[in-house]
Amino acid sequence: MSPDVMPEAQVALTMTEPGNKTDRAHSRARAARRRKIAVMAARVLLLVAVLGLWEVFSRAKVIDAFNFSMPSKIWDQVYAWVMHGTAQGPLGEQIWYTLYEALLGWVLGVIVGVVFGIVLGRITFLADVLGPYIKVLNSIPRIVLAPIFMIWFGLGPASKVASAVVLVFFPVFFNAFQGAREVDRNLVANARILGASNRRVTLQVVIPSATSWIFTSLHVSFGFALIGAIVGEYLGATKGIGLLISQSQGTFNTAGVYAAMVILAVVALGAEGLLTFAERRIFRWKPTGSDS
Amino acid sequence: MSADTSPAIQLRGASKIFRTPSGGLHTAVRELDLTIGRGEFVAVVGPTGCGKSTTLTLVSGLEEPSEGEVLVAGEPVRGVGDKVGFVFQQDATFPWRTVLSNVMAGPRFRGVPKSEAKEKAREWLARVGLAAFEDRYPHQLSGGQRKRVALAATFVNDPEILLMDEPFSALDVQTRALMSDELLELWAGTGASVVFVTHDLEESIALADKVVVMTAGPATVKQVFDIDLPRPRKVESVRLEPRFIEIYREIWESLGEEVRITRERGAANVA
Repeated sequence: MSPDVMPEAQVALTMTEPGNKTDRAHSRARAARRRKIAVMAARVLLLVAVLGLWEVFSRAKVIDAFNFSMPSKIWDQVYAWVMHGTAQGPLGEQIWYTLYEALLGWVLGVIVGVVFGIVLGRITFLADVLGPYIKVLNSIPRIVLAPIFMIWFGLGPASKVASAVVLVFFPVFFNAFQGAREVDRNLVANARILGASNRRVTLQVVIPSATSWIFTSLHVSFGFALIGAIVGEYLGATKGIGLLISQSQGTFNTAGVYAAMVILAVVALGAEGLLTFAERRIFRWKPTGSDS
Repeated sequence: MSADTSPAIQLRGASKIFRTPSGGLHTAVRELDLTIGRGEFVAVVGPTGCGKSTTLTLVSGLEEPSEGEVLVAGEPVRGVGDKVGFVFQQDATFPWRTVLSNVMAGPRFRGVPKSEAKEKAREWLARVGLAAFEDRYPHQLSGGQRKRVALAATFVNDPEILLMDEPFSALDVQTRALMSDELLELWAGTGASVVFVTHDLEESIALADKVVVMTAGPATVKQVFDIDLPRPRKVESVRLEPRFIEIYREIWESLGEEVRITRERGAANVA
């Protein structure tokens, strides 16, 4: 009698256990989902509250609508620019100009910075000779170079590209330099034993291991490139978002300044997204745990 | 003496003196005299930090001796030669390369065409039992598997001289025994001369034909013991044989003294 009962009891036990487990996993997943929704809702609520208060205070004349504008006016301005173009041409063209200057400046600055960083990182003699000069150059607030570039290169894109390049160069250079210096000595020794020439060590060991250093600087430096382009345009240009800002300011169009800022933020976020995407592709070899 | 009959490695009065960051001089090894024959498996044991690893870097050509001579196959060592393979204590696999690409690195660095390098690399990966892992990145492997990749990457270059710097010290005990057996198997077919640095006396006796005992730092050769245990050996079983224990006791008498000196010095430094 009892041998018949035993297996049944066991079956019952094994039946309930996985059921229990999936139940618990279920409720945990549900809790996580609920938390996500709560975070999103709070975010939206915060945005609505800030914009709403701004609008209400502005309309109720608690804050000066002329100086501080209001979200509805900013929206109208963005809408007008999108639909009817700006005073100096279609909005897309302005965005494209700024983006083009920033991108070109960024790419040039990154290339020069990486090359210098790796070369100086590998050749100690050069690093020792140039070290103090680089420190001096780095200590200058480089944005003051923008007026000089304006004189040298005129109102066209070249002066903006130049200011973007000098802003981008230094962070990229320092990171590439550091990255080249901090290469795991074991990896270099291993590569040499395996038969790598000096050139191969640089190309196939130093540069790959410096890439994570370089990439950290790329995120920051794209922001710098945008700053360089905008400030350059603000000082004097024929096209671009910086010009939009300076013209809005010149006509006391506060909404215009804000609207240009909104557009810039969207552009910067888009570029950041592209960069993150590229980074994921390149760093497939990295453990995901250390990804930030 | 012609190049063919000359021993694989000869150290003649080799010393290495490093300049410390504070400007002082540190003698890592002094007046090393050691001859290693072709196809011989030599283990070097000594107290921690005595300069065992420096011996390897001298033979590899990564460092030059401050005094004396280092000869490989009868020729003085000048820079890193193509006869040498080196397995490091730490992980030295390239983390951005896949397993296959890691093993291909050596032949590719030496100018072997890609398809041929791939073929050789696959062959060695199969031999270390990682054929199914060729597309993985090193961080996706266990420590033992990464060591296997390092072994394959070293053996694929067909080194005449294999230098190993405490290669298995970071592995857990079971993996270590397994890897030691695998190393003996891999080595058996190659005819390479091996210098295996370790601080583990058991490991050294189980693996080697000769055990070299170094003195406390600055290190020099204290004594050389011949290990007459028959091959092929299995690391786990050979250490239970009476002859093994006899040898162990004999070498420990010599090594233990140096370990004691090192320990007393350490205590003196602390006090």
